[in-house]
Amino acid sequence: MPKITYREAVNQALFEEMHRDSSIIVFGEDVAEYEGSFKVTRGLLKEFGPERVFDTPISEAAIVGTAIGAALGGLRPAAELMTVNFAYVAMDQILNHLAVMRYMFGGQAALPVTLRMPGGGGHQLGAQHSHSLEVHFVHTPGLKVLCPATPADAKGLLKAALRDAGPVIFLEHEGLYNLAGEVPAEMEPARIGEAQVLRPGRDVTVVGYGAMTHAALAAAALLEAENVGAEVIDLRSLRPWDKAAVLESVARTHRAVVVEEPPPVCGIAAEVAVNIYENIFDELDAPVERVSGADAPMPYAKNLEQACIPRAEDVAAAARRALGR
Amino acid sequence: MKKSELLHAYYLMRLARGFEARVAEQYLKGRIGGFCHLYSGEEAVAVGAMWHLRKEDYVIGSYRDHAYYLIRGGDPRRAMAELFGHEDGCCKGKGGSMHLFDRGINFLGGYAIVAGMCPIAAGLAKAAAYRKEDRVVVCFFGDGATNQGVYHEALNMASLYKLPVVWVCENNYYAIGTSVPRSSARESLAAKATAYDMPVSTVDGMDFLKMQSAAGRAVAAARAGKGPSFIEAKCYRYRGHSMSDPGTYRSKEEVEYWKSRDPLPHLKRIIQDDFEAGEEEFAAIDARVARELDEAVRFAEAGRELPPEKRLEDVYAE
Repeated sequence: MPKITYREAVNQALFEEMHRDSSIIVFGEDVAEYEGSFKVTRGLLKEFGPERVFDTPISEAAIVGTAIGAALGGLRPAAELMTVNFAYVAMDQILNHLAVMRYMFGGQAALPVTLRMPGGGGHQLGAQHSHSLEVHFVHTPGLKVLCPATPADAKGLLKAALRDAGPVIFLEHEGLYNLAGEVPAEMEPARIGEAQVLRPGRDVTVVGYGAMTHAALAAAALLEAENVGAEVIDLRSLRPWDKAAVLESVARTHRAVVVEEPPPVCGIAAEVAVNIYENIFDELDAPVERVSGADAPMPYAKNLEQACIPRAEDVAAAARRALGR
Repeated sequence: MKKSELLHAYYLMRLARGFEARVAEQYLKGRIGGFCHLYSGEEAVAVGAMWHLRKEDYVIGSYRDHAYYLIRGGDPRRAMAELFGHEDGCCKGKGGSMHLFDRGINFLGGYAIVAGMCPIAAGLAKAAAYRKEDRVVVCFFGDGATNQGVYHEALNMASLYKLPVVWVCENNYYAIGTSVPRSSARESLAAKATAYDMPVSTVDGMDFLKMQSAAGRAVAAARAGKGPSFIEAKCYRYRGHSMSDPGTYRSKEEVEYWKSRDPLPHLKRIIQDDFEAGEEEFAAIDARVARELDEAVRFAEAGRELPPEKRLEDVYAE
């Protein structure tokens, strides 16, 4: 099976789906001539031309609004926000238009919109360029939120998003763009809402998504050396999320650690944890452990930044706590 | 313009005016809730701006949207039922007064965030251009919208890409209680729009003929691929901003002045000057409107709300 990077996987999904469906258009800041600030849209302009792939002014709210209108007009826009941080500028369009319109108009507004946004911390970009905004989107009924951790999922999930009735928030992690992995050349879309067990284990369930899936996998390797079998679940899709897969695993291992990159308050880990408590409280042998980003804006200094993002050692320590070690 | 066409314009304005009168009655009876913004006084703007549209064209606008929906060809019964919050309303009672929408007539929504619909209008036009469809988008918003950031983003992008949009600014002089000179550094909103390099015009929005003439030029330019145009329609809302606004920031004299320029008698005079038209012809229109609105209220009174167990439907496509 060919090995490609996460970046190339996203690019392949766009190429393949645009060939398959002429209603897909791609636009955003520097996506066409410059080929994307992360080079994710490389080659698209040349292949599909300026009517389908075009640069926009720095107008995030209007980028999202244009995507909404284009979808109402029968297209499948795949707009890019240069980074997820700029989504803050467009939040009215995302949360108060895109998310609510299908419902507000009694089901008449079909909105097959995919908004791609690279994000996450770890590159010394400081407080304004290091956000993980998934919680804001996940909180909002009407949106679907995908967070691929691997090249194969980046491709499979983006293909799914581009065929979905939407709207889909597609969160790419900047720290994963160079990650290489096996990706089938011919690939069906992934199923939205399905988690994946990346590593089986009997002692503790570690739930992660996005870059944190890799912290969970690395923690599992550390724990293996201590004879602890950690089962790693990659959520992949945060809204909807695969409650059944998580509950099934925790009911077997009786212990759970949930890892997330953003700060903990009202977060993804809190949501997963409370669902475990509500549904299988009696199965638990220990409280659910949360491993979250620091409850602070992201600092610039390398050492401070690293201390704000969950690492494998933090995850392993949480697993040990859950195991009473 | 032919007499029959002018009479039709008169009918549409009467319908919109009459509908709002019925809405005010029902609102005061407690049958309509929430925010409710009436279009009374501004009818010539919407009828004129939409005059040259074809079925396939798109209309989108602000929350003062009852008239857009009706003039576009919407069913008054389904509009009234929507205001009552009923399941046979045009949005199943999930939208309400500010959020009418009807795919069937290409009225793509009333939006309640000021200027929020402007980039959506640009996107609709982009879709039409990309699909090589002969469609024009008319986007209605108020003077207050011209102070929003996304408004400027949308006007810029529509001009940049030469998209077929007609921007119709209903300058009724007040954003709720804040007047244009108190909120816009440039008092002429048409002048303000010239930054985006498109034809702009300032039109007497109380005059149907002037409105339709300006709109005709703008729609023709959009159809010809010449890009967007901007129309500043100077008009006046007779009521407060919404049903809960007594409008004390405006003097009686000011309101009376604008009422003396009412677009309905104005158009009636024009028709009577240019054609032979007896009172009975106008009375017949009034009777037709009254009949349709009676029927709309009866329809709404007979309806019911969606059962609560359906509250989660339409969040996602099934």
